[in-house]
Parts: sequence; structure tokens; C-alpha cells
Amino acid sequence: MSALPNPAIYRSRFRRNRIAVTLGYASAVFGVGWIAIILAILVYKGIGGLSLDVFTQMTPPPGSAGGLLNAIAGSAIMTVLAVLIGTPVGVLAGTYLSEFGKHDRIAAIVRFVNDILLSAPSVVVGLFVYEIMVAPMGHFSGYAGAVALAVIVIPVVVRTTEDMLNLVPDTMREAAASIGLPRSHMIIHIAYRAARAGIVTGILLAIARVSGETAPLLFTALNNQFWSMNMNAPMPSLPVVIFQFALSPYAEWQKLAWTGALIITVTVLGLSILARTLTHRR
Amino acid sequence: MSQSLANQPALAGMTAAAGLRAAKLNRLRTSDAAFRGMTRGAALGVLLLLGGVIVSLVAGSAPAFRAFGPGFVTAEVWNPVTEQFGALAPITGTLATSLIAMLIAVPIGIMIAFFLTELCPMALRRPIGMAIELLAGVPSIIYGIWGLFVFAPFLQTYVQPYIIATFENIPIFSTIFAGPPYGIGVMTAGLILAIMVLPFVTAISRDVFDSVPPVMKEATYGLGCTTWEVFRSVILPHTRVGVIGGVMLGLGRALGETMAVTFVIGNAHRISGSILAPGTTISASIANEFTEAVGDIYTSSLIALGLILFVITFIVLAAARLMLAQLEKGKK
Repeated sequence: MSALPNPAIYRSRFRRNRIAVTLGYASAVFGVGWIAIILAILVYKGIGGLSLDVFTQMTPPPGSAGGLLNAIAGSAIMTVLAVLIGTPVGVLAGTYLSEFGKHDRIAAIVRFVNDILLSAPSVVVGLFVYEIMVAPMGHFSGYAGAVALAVIVIPVVVRTTEDMLNLVPDTMREAAASIGLPRSHMIIHIAYRAARAGIVTGILLAIARVSGETAPLLFTALNNQFWSMNMNAPMPSLPVVIFQFALSPYAEWQKLAWTGALIITVTVLGLSILARTLTHRR
Repeated sequence: MSQSLANQPALAGMTAAAGLRAAKLNRLRTSDAAFRGMTRGAALGVLLLLGGVIVSLVAGSAPAFRAFGPGFVTAEVWNPVTEQFGALAPITGTLATSLIAMLIAVPIGIMIAFFLTELCPMALRRPIGMAIELLAGVPSIIYGIWGLFVFAPFLQTYVQPYIIATFENIPIFSTIFAGPPYGIGVMTAGLILAIMVLPFVTAISRDVFDSVPPVMKEATYGLGCTTWEVFRSVILPHTRVGVIGGVMLGLGRALGETMAVTFVIGNAHRISGSILAPGTTISASIANEFTEAVGDIYTSSLIALGLILFVITFIVLAAARLMLAQLEKGKK
């Protein structure tokens, strides 16, 4: 064998490779670094305010101590209602995409539109619900907030339901058909059961997604300083209270905002990790 | 007919059973059709949702477009007192912040994906990939509060004065990085957006890089290529469409992001040559002003901003989905 053709080219190729590999490592450190910094600061700023009072007292007027009870309750109620509205619609639509309309034109369009809705700006969803509910009713309400959140829940559930039903092997469907089971029974008793964990994951992801949403609630549910379980009136929610308190000049409010931020983040990340371990994939 | 059959008990029993079965089958057929109809209805409901969004935004923005005409899009004025509104400043802010975000997030996101697929030890791939995906899970309001209280003051004290001093005497850059250091502003918003879209670019790039057939990589390594050369001349060209699709998806995210930007952009309705100056974006204007907007024209102008944002993101997201779908088709 002759010597290497040109040692200079050889060296420069390896130097370039080393630079690229170093940049690769640096980028990974950069990415992981941010999540570490953000979580660390959140814990550092939020943990001090964490006490039983946060969960048992109402949001305070400026300059006094209090908790976030009404905001947490409002968030929980609107999220539950949004999931109750959004899940059936999402599961049924996902079922159509996977079981009935796998190859038809309408399903292709619905799939495309659903993907757009999945990443559409949530502030636009807020405007939409403002137009169809708040403006005609003449006032902000918890119902409007829940509907806005439901609009965000639906595409998430549609997508995961379709994906999970697609994972159910066709042999199971054929076996069901061969013993004369009607299609609807096959889907409800066989396919849904096989895809149950996946569909639940989708719902958990949807809950995680909406529990941090602020923009669609700003002009639908608005906010409320007091304990309010009347869905037909403005309703407080944790993200909106954080938004209001963080931008206020009062130290107590800012502190509560950080605590609320910690609570939301732990909830949301906890839910998404739970969802992930449920399916075991990815 | 039934009368004559009724005279023969045995036959009558058989027909009754057959009739019962037919009725049962009919019921099943009906319930089957009903179930199918319900799923179809729900699927069409998704279409209706998009239609509803478009119709309501168009209807809501009609007064503004009637009052200002198409000039609404190109006017810079934003004056609630005289009720004169134009969308140019928010549009510029949205595009500027998204551009900054993409300039940073795209190369870093692709490099992280390169690391995850080619360099990272197998055991660390899942945890590191998951840590980066957690960035996507953090709600945007958290980025906002963190940006306002931690990141912006940090930039104001340690980074921006240094940038301003460095570029002071270089012609064009001295305008782009003109002081004073506010902390909040277009650049801060862009940087936070970069962190927020990073996981989207990374996740999709990683998935498409993983889809490259190992034989192709092995063949290139067999020729004596370095890791970087394999990546540069085999993996990247092979997956270009998918990467661009992922970038567009991230861009769609950046354009529409609301809360994080609202906290740190400064909400100033003017166009400044300096990216250190406060500005506004479409979504930040809506979030900040909508509930306080008095008068139909003011409200309608904000809805018109929403319509413009929706049209821009729709185009970007549609392009992204079409590109990714094309890739999917090519794989089969």
C-alpha cells in the first residue's frame, strides 16, 4: 500500500470532524442545561411560598397573604369540563379516521385539518370562543373557558386515538369479524380495549396541555378574585392568576405567582411523564 | 299470509324465530350505522371547528377592515385614543422574534439530533432525548415568568451592555444592537422562543435521522468517511425534506406563541431598528389589550390581528405537514 494520498487533506477532514462532534456535544449540553436551569430556578423561587395555606386560602387582595385555592379549583373544574366535552368528540373522530375512513378523501382532509389545529396558536382559539360565546352571552364565563380548553383537547385526543387504534393488529379485527361480530361491537369491545392504555395516554397529554394554557382563558373565563363555583360567571384559573400576579408590583403576589408556577409545572411534567410510562414507547 | 301460517303451530314458531333474528340483525345494522354516523359526525366536527374559527375571525375583523381597508396591514399607527389602528408593528415584531428564534434553534436543534442519533451512547439516548422533550412540556407562562424575572435582568446586566459596546462602531450592527439595555425587548423574546422551539426541531430531526437505512450509513463509513461526513453528505441530504418540515413546525409554534412573549416583549407599538428595543407581536398585542379594548373598532382591530396571525401560521403549518406527508409517502 502506498502512503496516504495527502496528509494535509486527511488532517483537515479529521479536524473538521472533531469540531462537528464537539459542537454536537455542546448543543446537547446546551439543551439539557436550559431545562435544568429553568427547573432549578422554579424550585428555588417557588418552594419558599409552598405551604398548606396555598391550597386552603383564597387569592389575597394586594399587600396581604393568601393562597391559590380558588384559582386551583377553577382550573380543575374547567379542565374537567373541557376533557368531558373534548374526549368523546376526539375519540369518535379518531375512530373514524382509523376504522372507517382509513383511505377516503374526507379522512385525509380531517387528518390534515386536525394536525393544523394541533399546533394552531392558542390565542386564536381564545378569540374564536370569545366570538361564539362571550360576545353573544354578553359576559365572560367559566363555560366559555371550558369550551376554549375543549377546542385544544380535541385535536390531541383525535391524534392519539387514531395512532393507537392503528397499532391494534388487523388479525384481531378479522377474528372478531369471523365470529360474526358487528363492526361497532368489534370496535367498542375489541379495538378500544386493546388500545385503552394509548387512548388514556392521549387524554393525559391533553390534560397536561390545557392545564398550562393561559392565552385562551384570558378573554373567555377572565379571572375572579373570589371563590366562585358559578360556571356562568367569570372564573379564576391558575395560569391567569399567575399572569396577573407576576406582572403586579406587589411582592406577595409575585411570590404566589412563583409558587403557582411551580405547582403547574410539577403537575404538567408529572402528567406527561406518567403518560409516557403508560405506553412504554418512545 | 300470517293468518294462514298461524294455523300451523310449528311453522309459525320457525318464522317467529326467523323474524326475531331478522329484527335483531336489523337492530345491529342500525346501531352499526348509528355508530359509524357518530364517528363520521365527530370527524366532520373537527372540520367544522376550523371552519368556525375562520368564519368567526373574518366576521369579527370585518369592521376593522371596512374602516381601514387593506392598508390596515401596512399601517404602523396604533392609537386607541384616536381609534387609528394598523398591523405593521405587530407583524414586524412577530416575524423578527420568530426569525431570531429560528436562527438559533435550527442549527442547535439539528446538532442535538446529530448528537442523539450518531454520537450519544445508547444508554443515554432516552434520558437525554426525554430531558429535551421536557422543554416542550413546560407551559409557556413558565417561560414568561422566568424570562421576566430571571433571564431579562441577566441579559440587561451581563450581556446587552457588552453587545452594545462591541458593535458600537460597526456601521449596520450599531443600529441593530443600539442601546440602551432594557433587558426586555425583541431579542429577549426571540431567545426565549428559541429555547421553546428547540425541542420541536430536535424531536423531528431525530426521528427523520433515525429513518435513514443503516446500510447507507455503513456503506459510507466503509468508504472511510468521518462521522461528520456521513452526517453531512448522506444523512442530511437524505432527510432534507423532513428536517425542513420540522423547522416549519417549530416556526409555526414560534409565530403563535403568546404568553412567554407577552411577558418580555415590552408591548411597544412601534418598529425599531434595534432588536434590543421593546416591541410587540401579534399575539402579545391581543393578550395584553383585548380585555381592555373599548369600542368596536379597537376590539375588531385586535381580532383582525388574530386573523392575520392565523393566516400566516396556517400557511406555515400546512407547508410543514405537506412536506412531512410527502416524506411519509416516499418511505412506503
